[in-house]
Amino acid sequence: MDNTTLIGAASIITAGITMGAGVFGPAMGQGRAVSTALSALAQQPDAAPTITRTLFVGLAMIESMAIYCFVVAMILLFANPFWNHMIAAATGK
Amino acid sequence: MRLSSDQLILWQHGFIKLNATILTTWALMLVMAVGAKLITRRLATGTILCRWQCALEILVAGIVRQIAEVGLQSPRQYVSFVGTLFLFVAVANLFTIVPGYEPPTGSLSTTAALALCVFVAVPIFGVGELGWRNYLKSYLQPTAIMLPFNIISELSRTLALAVRLFGNMMSGTMILGILLAITPFIFPIAMSAIGLLTGMVQAYIFAILATVYIAAATDSRKK
Repeated sequence: MDNTTLIGAASIITAGITMGAGVFGPAMGQGRAVSTALSALAQQPDAAPTITRTLFVGLAMIESMAIYCFVVAMILLFANPFWNHMIAAATGK
Repeated sequence: MRLSSDQLILWQHGFIKLNATILTTWALMLVMAVGAKLITRRLATGTILCRWQCALEILVAGIVRQIAEVGLQSPRQYVSFVGTLFLFVAVANLFTIVPGYEPPTGSLSTTAALALCVFVAVPIFGVGELGWRNYLKSYLQPTAIMLPFNIISELSRTLALAVRLFGNMMSGTMILGILLAITPFIFPIAMSAIGLLTGMVQAYIFAILATVYIAAATDSRKK
């Protein structure tokens, strides 16, 4: 295997692992946050606007972790600097 | 596959490049400015209002109420900044229903610029409310050991603001593109509806996070 194949294979496999491992934690966290917010809503329906707003902001915070992983995966797949370097080196010769 | 509309360069002269992101942003600014001018040209104070004026009043009153609920004492002072952020992001995300439109919020340069605005505006509001001494002292809360962590959190939350909006909008466009290749007819419509919802939620979250940061910087209990 030459270097280009190695970089391509490593990028694709790493992108898959990044999404799988990176989404697991935020999914758990969002599930816990929503379930807690639901029980809080059931106990205190009067506080619905405050709970909903805090829930949305918290969900966005948790979700941004998964979004970071997604961005890294997208960079690995579509804008990989190592891959671009190898291609530039190969065509420059 | 293009990651963002930055790479679509329409006009180039020397080192000045006009890409699709800038042109779309200009078009949005034009639509919003001309629209606001047209609506506010004939304002009425009586009981009979034109429906556009009603819509704008609902919008502004809603933004003021949301800012007040976060805990800022005088929401009118912040409505120009927070409202502008919310309206720009919301309109940019809403226009995705137009075919061929690529949201400028789906490019990291736009979202980084918006996040930098928040990064600059928070200390300005903080100093205006508390004064230099009290604002700088808030970096030493609760103890002086926390100073580097406070500075790091200031920087990392700016990065988080930018990447969150960029990631959400870019992923919506990207997933739509992938789905068009796999299941071309019905399913992309449902996904673009979800994309519209995500866009509005992200606009709300961007504005509310900016408000929360301002509220934390201008907290009167720190006096």
